[in-house]
Amino acid sequence: MRKLTLKRPLALLPLALFLVLLLAACGGGPKTETQPQASLPEAQVDPATAGSVTGKVLFTGTAPVMPVIDMSSNPQCERQHKTPAKAETVIVNSNGTLRNVYVWIKSGLAPAKWPTPTEPAKLDQNGCMYAPRVQGVMEDQAFEILNSDPVNHNVHAECERNAAWNESQPPRAEHKFKKFASEEVLFPVTCSVHPWMRAYVGVSPHPFFFVTGDDGTFVLKGVPPGTYTIEAVHEKYGRKEGKVTVAPSGTASIEFSYGS
Amino acid sequence: MAVNTYNRGLHRWSLVLAFCTLLLVVAGGMVTSRDAGLSVPDWPLSYGKLMPPMEGGIFYEHGHRMIATTVGMFTIVSLVWIWIVEKRQWMKWLGVAALVAVITQGVLGGLTVLLLLPWWISSSHASLAQLFFSTTVAIALFTSDWWLRGAKTVTEKATAPIRGISLVASICVLCQLALGAAARHKAIGSIYHICGSPIVTSVILWVVLRVLLHYADNRELRLGALTLITITFCQVFLGIAAYMTRIAYADSVQPMPLMVTFTVFHVAVGALTMAASVSLAILVRRNVETA
Ligand SMILES: [Cu+2]
Repeated sequence: MRKLTLKRPLALLPLALFLVLLLAACGGGPKTETQPQASLPEAQVDPATAGSVTGKVLFTGTAPVMPVIDMSSNPQCERQHKTPAKAETVIVNSNGTLRNVYVWIKSGLAPAKWPTPTEPAKLDQNGCMYAPRVQGVMEDQAFEILNSDPVNHNVHAECERNAAWNESQPPRAEHKFKKFASEEVLFPVTCSVHPWMRAYVGVSPHPFFFVTGDDGTFVLKGVPPGTYTIEAVHEKYGRKEGKVTVAPSGTASIEFSYGS
Repeated sequence: MAVNTYNRGLHRWSLVLAFCTLLLVVAGGMVTSRDAGLSVPDWPLSYGKLMPPMEGGIFYEHGHRMIATTVGMFTIVSLVWIWIVEKRQWMKWLGVAALVAVITQGVLGGLTVLLLLPWWISSSHASLAQLFFSTTVAIALFTSDWWLRGAKTVTEKATAPIRGISLVASICVLCQLALGAAARHKAIGSIYHICGSPIVTSVILWVVLRVLLHYADNRELRLGALTLITITFCQVFLGIAAYMTRIAYADSVQPMPLMVTFTVFHVAVGALTMAASVSLAILVRRNVETA
């Protein structure tokens, strides 16, 4: 029965491997979720003294050329575009500014509970692209997800501070309504049926956030007087921040500049 | 102990199972390379159905599930067949081990989807896949005609021990595969897998050279060693190709075909390397007796 002896060590290999991987996994530890504080005072802004923060996000250097997306793996997606869709990772506007930059007050506000908007924020799936590419929502604001496409999508919220989830959304399915309880700027939302699909969501505890559009400007309105750290976040070029002081009824301005 | 006779049907079936398992490894590699793992969020059903529309990433994920189901059923057939015709008790238990492995594999695959691809489940799934493939190859080996005709044994040379190091080579390959899987599922950097490659290649070279220099008279050992070294060289080339395409397409917005091709071939030939090293270890232990 010599053959028996040769198999025992081999049979132990999977077991040993599992143990190693399990041990490594325990070392990783579970992610803790921050709980929103219920005891915060209601935010009070005096409209007589509230000011604003404005500015623009510049882009210097040559704008990268965005590749055409190959949608041939799902012809029903391809058919919805008269001209082939291009990637939206970096969109430089004609006035030399950068689109899809999330700008917000990162710190400086007194801790307070800001009223949650009653209107839901919306994310549409149309032509197997997300619209909008980047958006902000407030903590606990309803986040409505639509599928305007004739194809199946899965929606994967790749949050880290909030609980991540992945759900399917077939054509004509009911809209999804989600909420994100904790501050998290920014996390991707992705679809694995169509690996080019990518959106970004920033969850803020207050209403002072803005995503730059086709003129690259931003404005944060109704900001109480004070000194703040303003942060700009771009999906590819990352984070930049600067300080501003808003005088009573004043307008503070700040510019951010990204480059390739 | 009753003498086991060759059963051509069982042997051929075992070869079919091993081949289908290799296809399954390829399909699984495609799922990872195409980033399609989460395209079907539910499990065991797919979009609540047995057969969802095979569009985009669903083609890869659901296709993988279909091939996996087939391999699972084939493994059950193998087990029943083995229990009917086999007289070797340990073969029966090897059949049971194969079924347990394939079921575990299915559960790991489902869990990793439901838990959003935690790296340690995905890596275990990828590594157990390699072990399962080696098991199917071993079953094909053990049921073959020439295996049952008996070994031509030689005595282990004191100056060139081989029994131990052939096993070491298999373990090194397994570790290297696990590092590769962990890198692919973003638990660690690929640098560990890259650094592991010259080490594992050297160990394989050491074992193969020892066989060829000291035990080349034995046909089984010679063929086993030559097979292992051929596959290993292909694997190293594919690894370099996979790495270079990965760098070339680092900025792409979706998986690029050339990168996917090289990476998936690298995964499949990794499975073959593992199977070849396990087979050589088995042949060495059968044909080389301790002095
Ligand atoms: Cu999609």
